[in-house]
Amino acid sequence: MNRIHDAFQNQKAFIAYLMAGDPNLAISAEYILTAQEAGADMIEIGIPFSDPIAEGEVIQAASARAQAAGTRLDGVFEMVASIKDQMRIPMVFMTYLNPVFVYGYERFFAKCTEIGICGVIIPDLPFEEQSEAKSIAAKHNIEIITLVAPTSEKRIATIAESAEGFIYLVSSMGVTGVRSEITTDLSAIVSAIKKHTNIPVAIGFGISTPEQVGYYSAIADGVIVGSAIVRIIGQHGEDAKPAMCEYIQRMKQGLAGV
Amino acid sequence: MNKGRFGEFGGQYIPETLMDALYELEEAYNHYKDDPTFQTELNGLLTDYAGRPSRLYYAKNLTEQIGGAKIYLKREDLNHTGSHKINNVLGQTLLAKYMGKTRIIAETGAGQHGVAAATAAALLGLECEVFMGKEDTERQALNVYRMRLLGAKVHPVTSGTMTLKDAVNETMREWTRRVSDTHYVLGSVMGPHPFPMMVRDFQKVIGEEIRVQINRIENCLPDAVVACVGGGSNAIGAFYDFISDDNVRLIGCEAAGKGLDTDQHAATITCGSIGVFHGMKSIFCQDEFGQIAPVHSISAGLDYPGIGPEHAWLYQSDRAEYVPVTDDEAVDAFEHLSRMEGIIPAIESAHAVAHTLKLAKEMGEGKIIIVCLSGRGDKDVAAIARYKGENIDE
Repeated sequence: MNRIHDAFQNQKAFIAYLMAGDPNLAISAEYILTAQEAGADMIEIGIPFSDPIAEGEVIQAASARAQAAGTRLDGVFEMVASIKDQMRIPMVFMTYLNPVFVYGYERFFAKCTEIGICGVIIPDLPFEEQSEAKSIAAKHNIEIITLVAPTSEKRIATIAESAEGFIYLVSSMGVTGVRSEITTDLSAIVSAIKKHTNIPVAIGFGISTPEQVGYYSAIADGVIVGSAIVRIIGQHGEDAKPAMCEYIQRMKQGLAGV
Repeated sequence: MNKGRFGEFGGQYIPETLMDALYELEEAYNHYKDDPTFQTELNGLLTDYAGRPSRLYYAKNLTEQIGGAKIYLKREDLNHTGSHKINNVLGQTLLAKYMGKTRIIAETGAGQHGVAAATAAALLGLECEVFMGKEDTERQALNVYRMRLLGAKVHPVTSGTMTLKDAVNETMREWTRRVSDTHYVLGSVMGPHPFPMMVRDFQKVIGEEIRVQINRIENCLPDAVVACVGGGSNAIGAFYDFISDDNVRLIGCEAAGKGLDTDQHAATITCGSIGVFHGMKSIFCQDEFGQIAPVHSISAGLDYPGIGPEHAWLYQSDRAEYVPVTDDEAVDAFEHLSRMEGIIPAIESAHAVAHTLKLAKEMGEGKIIIVCLSGRGDKDVAAIARYKGENIDE
């Protein structure tokens, strides 16, 4: 199976996010393959949730579209399973905790392994609450990705020391969404993290241009782009493949060292 | 784990960006709750500004008409701004000021918490912004104007179901955008630790006063304390002091909306299941895949798909009972209390009154029921008139 660290082997990683079921699950499967072809090093697949409190308007709207299209968790599992054998890069889920909790940690993580998911990002599961899920996830070889925010300073050592997969560094205050300017001193945070762990650090939230990709991938081990891709899918619906492909290729070219 | 837990419920399930603020808040709260200067100032505000202690009133007409248990009303409706919400808001806003924050943000359902927050902000000289579901801004238009009058900015929330839960979502999002100078004055005993504990502490004065007052009047403890439950702040405030008195029944009344056999209700304990949402592990109305359900109640304040974690624990440990009350029953009680006692209750509180009317008969003479009249009903008059088919403007 593809593992998270594969994405960071000898290169900076470009991580693409998209929402499962937007505009529908069959197209999502194609878009995941498109992102892979276009050069993404890892795919983050959003599971739609009724109340995405860490998301800005773009991803909120995508979540609502996916739900309106009838996307349910079991459908998302089937969709991912259907492309598993074609995937050469790791896939992780981005989901709020409740769908995982209600499905059952044991069942959920077992399912992840079965369908080729190797990690899970849960924005409302901070370090302090991870223990209940982490041991079960570990049993199934699923890594729980921890987030670090600009406000995490006092807890970086604790978080980094027990982090697995990669660290998702939130670029700036607020929810997901495109930003023209990010003022956080991210290189200082990356240095602080690196004192305590060797696992890769990827920066996300607000990144949408090749220039930003270049700048942030120079500081860290990778970048995550979500809202900008989701916005393209929102604009083009079922015909987003060319625009998405072109965008990801252009962004990928921006990576430091490429 | 195990921080702020009530049995398995509670916790801090919140984005990383807010964790530092929760630590800061917990530390400040633990410090100031024992700080004589803070406590003296807060008690002064509760007495001289909010009008505490609130009265415990014997509803003689109602009691005699039913011919059962004696009914007492804990008159939180007589507090400044017209509900129990002021207790918590004065506590949290004063705390925010002591913490050096210059701005508060708040969610609101019916508008009572938003009005209370705007009031406290005006008094204590802080900026205030309130997030309110668009649907609620329409059914509670007067409260929107009240908040603006008090100097607050009101943001209608258009995401999701445009009601209380979406207002909470949006206030949390705003807090992640701007946390350094801003305190989120959460309005109920919900959300991540330390809110359920802190809000309970600011509301427990209700039950403490009840104990002293009923002891003075009847020289005994009540047989039951009844309160409405959305998130559950007035209920926990009324219940908390009696939790270790096993002979005092604690009864929470949740919104059964158009009926439990429909999908239009907000009866969390009756119909919900365990989940994790809005920062807490608790009981929620949700589907088999953990999607939070749209809920309905005639009362904007009870129109919430979850319940505070301490209530979930009181329920799971069999210490408190939770019963469903429909829109129709609440409206009947709203009218009945108005006519019998000349007291117009908030439609939220009318849910507790409705159950009390049944309970008084069941329990019979010689028993004492105290119902927390959490708010006054002026805000609901126009909506109830419309519910009854009368077309009036506010």
